[in-house]
Amino acid sequence: MRRVRDMMRSRAGELLKDGAVTRVLGWKSGEFYYDPTPSFFDTEESLDELVYNGFSAAMLSKYLIEATKKEGRVLVFLKPCDTYSFNHLLKEHKVDREKTYVIGVGCGGMLDIEKLRALGVKGIESMEELGENLVIHTLYGDKKFARGDVLLEKCATCKGLEHKASDELAVPDELWEWETSDRFARVSELEGMTSGERFAFWRGELSRCIRCNACRNACPVCSCNKCVFDNPRSGVIAKANADTFEENMFHIIRAFHVAGRCTDCGECSRVCPQNIPLHLLNRKFIKDINAFYGEYQSGESVDGKSPLTEFRTGDVEPGIVHERGGA
Amino acid sequence: MQKIGVFVCWCGSNIAATVDVEAVAQASLSEPGVVFSTNYQYMCSEGGQSAIRNAIAEHGLTGIVVCACSPRMHEATFRKTAAVAGLNPYMVEIANIREQCSWIHRDKEEGTKKAIILARAAVAKLNRNVPLIAGESQVIKRALVIGGGIAGIQTALDVADAGYEVDIVEKTPTIGGKMAMLDKTFPTLDCAACILTPKMVDASAHEKISLFTYSEVESVSGFVGNFTVNIRKKARGVNSDLCTGCGVCIEKCPSKKAKSEFNQGLCNRSAIYIPFAQAIPNVPVIDRESCIKFQTGKCGVCEKVCTAKAIDYAQEDEIITRQYGAIVLATGFKPISLESYDEFQYNQCPDVITSLEFERICNAAGPTKGKVLRPSDHEPPKTVVFVQCVGSRATVECGKTYCSKICCMYTAKHAMLLREKYPDTEVYVFYIDVRTPGKSFDEFYRRAVEEYGVHYIKGMVGKVAEEDGRLIVQGSDLIADKQVIIEADMVVLAAAIEPDPTARSLGTMFTASMDTNDFFTEAHPKLRPVESPTAGIYLSGLCQGPKDIPDTVAQAGAAASKVIGLLSKDKLVGNPCVAACNEPLCNGCSTCELVCPYGAITYEEHLVVDHGVRETRRVSCVNEAICQGCGACTVTCPSGAMDLKGFTNLQIMAEVDAICR
Repeated sequence: MRRVRDMMRSRAGELLKDGAVTRVLGWKSGEFYYDPTPSFFDTEESLDELVYNGFSAAMLSKYLIEATKKEGRVLVFLKPCDTYSFNHLLKEHKVDREKTYVIGVGCGGMLDIEKLRALGVKGIESMEELGENLVIHTLYGDKKFARGDVLLEKCATCKGLEHKASDELAVPDELWEWETSDRFARVSELEGMTSGERFAFWRGELSRCIRCNACRNACPVCSCNKCVFDNPRSGVIAKANADTFEENMFHIIRAFHVAGRCTDCGECSRVCPQNIPLHLLNRKFIKDINAFYGEYQSGESVDGKSPLTEFRTGDVEPGIVHERGGA
Repeated sequence: MQKIGVFVCWCGSNIAATVDVEAVAQASLSEPGVVFSTNYQYMCSEGGQSAIRNAIAEHGLTGIVVCACSPRMHEATFRKTAAVAGLNPYMVEIANIREQCSWIHRDKEEGTKKAIILARAAVAKLNRNVPLIAGESQVIKRALVIGGGIAGIQTALDVADAGYEVDIVEKTPTIGGKMAMLDKTFPTLDCAACILTPKMVDASAHEKISLFTYSEVESVSGFVGNFTVNIRKKARGVNSDLCTGCGVCIEKCPSKKAKSEFNQGLCNRSAIYIPFAQAIPNVPVIDRESCIKFQTGKCGVCEKVCTAKAIDYAQEDEIITRQYGAIVLATGFKPISLESYDEFQYNQCPDVITSLEFERICNAAGPTKGKVLRPSDHEPPKTVVFVQCVGSRATVECGKTYCSKICCMYTAKHAMLLREKYPDTEVYVFYIDVRTPGKSFDEFYRRAVEEYGVHYIKGMVGKVAEEDGRLIVQGSDLIADKQVIIEADMVVLAAAIEPDPTARSLGTMFTASMDTNDFFTEAHPKLRPVESPTAGIYLSGLCQGPKDIPDTVAQAGAAASKVIGLLSKDKLVGNPCVAACNEPLCNGCSTCELVCPYGAITYEEHLVVDHGVRETRRVSCVNEAICQGCGACTVTCPSGAMDLKGFTNLQIMAEVDAICR
């Protein structure tokens, strides 16, 4: 990962210097080692602060919406999975491709700080990423892990290491590749429950929601100028909750709004301070869409229609819900 | 605050028997905004309508709710009533307490309860109604007819005679369609060519009619009164302006191996050809698949012999863009493929033929010059078996569930013609039922049986097998309750008919809905039989459902009268219940554009001012003349920027809230 970072710094420096780009969108150190924060760099010198390591999970694609409204061209670093969201934003005309320069960066899977904390890691000072081995230097000594054990959920079920959009790549030859697991495994588990059990599960999970809107703000698909939940004419804001279920509906409605568009980037669950597995709602939609309309990966390309915005004679009939025993 | 009047209709006993109309009127008085309510035996009658007008004047009503039948039935009636009384017609709401309440309930208490709730919902919606003004659009005074068969020709002639321009687009090299292939026509037995070809000439000579033969509709945009259509004129390889139709090229063409489509493949034609002698236009077409010049580059005989210098190998397809006010679909039909009917040996035995092939064999201009001869050995058949309902009224998957309607009559005609020309031929007809509803139809069929001695056997044929050059037909005689075996020389299958396969893609292009059999559906099966549900698209002939020539011509005329009615208008009043974009909320994501089935949505750069913030950005724009108000965009819009006038999200939520209250 350090080699990737060096490639990023040197290319960004060259492009800034010859005026090909006016700004660079990357990550710089946050308050703690494990939270590199999205940041803009506009001088070659400032690039010394650019970091890229196993904690650079934050997706940068969405920042381009505002960035490309300004003058000049933005250099952005996208991990393979971030390119799906980038394509989706292009498809919905939210980002001006002409004003972006994409460097696809190699990725070895991003690390889950929650998993590390659960394993007793605290006070991280720095980290050595040696392929599948991870050495974390903490205030309390070094800790060693197998990288595969501490990956983020979205990385454990990675969609693949191919960049779906890029102007050039910064991918070293010997990058660690790992075995991924079935991303629908937990959805299938939920499907196996009775509707009562499933309702109880979601009531439990969603009861923790504090409506901080982090999921909405991180989501590359939730890019409305004004969210329906902020629109006084929608009839859902500024209203006393009849019960907590109405609060839960926020997530259900959000899942419906991103259905067929969600790129499965997993940011919603990653940024949730209450650790609600929100991505499962979206994955249920993706799984059903795949089953009913054929495999579809949102953001794989800029062109083409999503199955939910296209009418085909072979489209699934509503009766299928009945056949599957749904209400 | 609105001042609402509620008018509850008894519909005689249709509603009053299961709904306490007085109770509904009373209950609605306690709803917000309601200042008046009443009930009446027939609200749609003059008495009921005048009660509405009087109440509007007397109480200064700003909107009315009529609790009556389906809005499909009388919404327009009550809108007119309101307009006469000076109300905006879109300040009328209908609570359907007949189809959705009284007709489906038996218990009066339950029915009354539900009617009260439905009235409440309508009041809740009306409280959020705003007056809507319909826009106007121009009408382009030209019609397009797609399909140049008898249906298309008749519609075009009728519209042109009324003084409007008409274009006919026909995919084959000539107009005439299937009727041109027929020999005689039932029940009068006049020759098809004698009655059709003069009409073909009329159509081509008419100063208001332009023919686009060997052409197809490529794409369409626009809306009723204002369609823009791209027509692909396929390359004929012959310059129509220069060609004199002398026919020397056809005669000299060395490639004569292609099957004649017009003669149902019963004989060959040259690579450069006209489908039949009376074809219009009388300009040949080069079939590039069988042309030696196009396949090998060597030959060019036609070019050498053409004194008019009309042969043009380099000719390319041409796209012509034309504008129309109305479009008529007259795409016609074809017999189904009999590939899956192995029991009749259609693919195996040349002497098992379809009825349309039999027409060509009977026809004086056909491959046998009108002599009925077996295709296999060109001998006259002594015994002929006709099988009806091959693929019609079918219960098996490869067939059609519907009755093809014309087969009973043409089979009787074929049997009769055969017995008349060759009295020593034995003719058998296997049938399920003989259906003869039509003027002089049953008399015609009885003549076949009684005067011409055609053997009608009620039952189906199970198997046809070839043995020593004869066809062994095994069938059942249900009346005699026995199996019959007939040694025949020829078997004629009355294949079911189906819509022409091009109808499907045209249906998608014009958003003209189709039924499960790919017949175009009417706007109303009884009251609007020649209109498609899409405004400005009309249906003529077999593309709408099986019919014979008299029915086709009648329907073609009906479609023409609808077209004339439209073209005679200078301006069209639109439907104001269309989508509208709330620009500050719009994200410019294009999802609505993708789902819009009418192409009514485009994106434009607009200056958007939202709470003092000025920004020029890409937003959705609805063309109100094209929008049909289907609402697909409003449900797909993630930010709720799209709303449907007259059915806004707030109105619908108010209805739901009122029902759940």
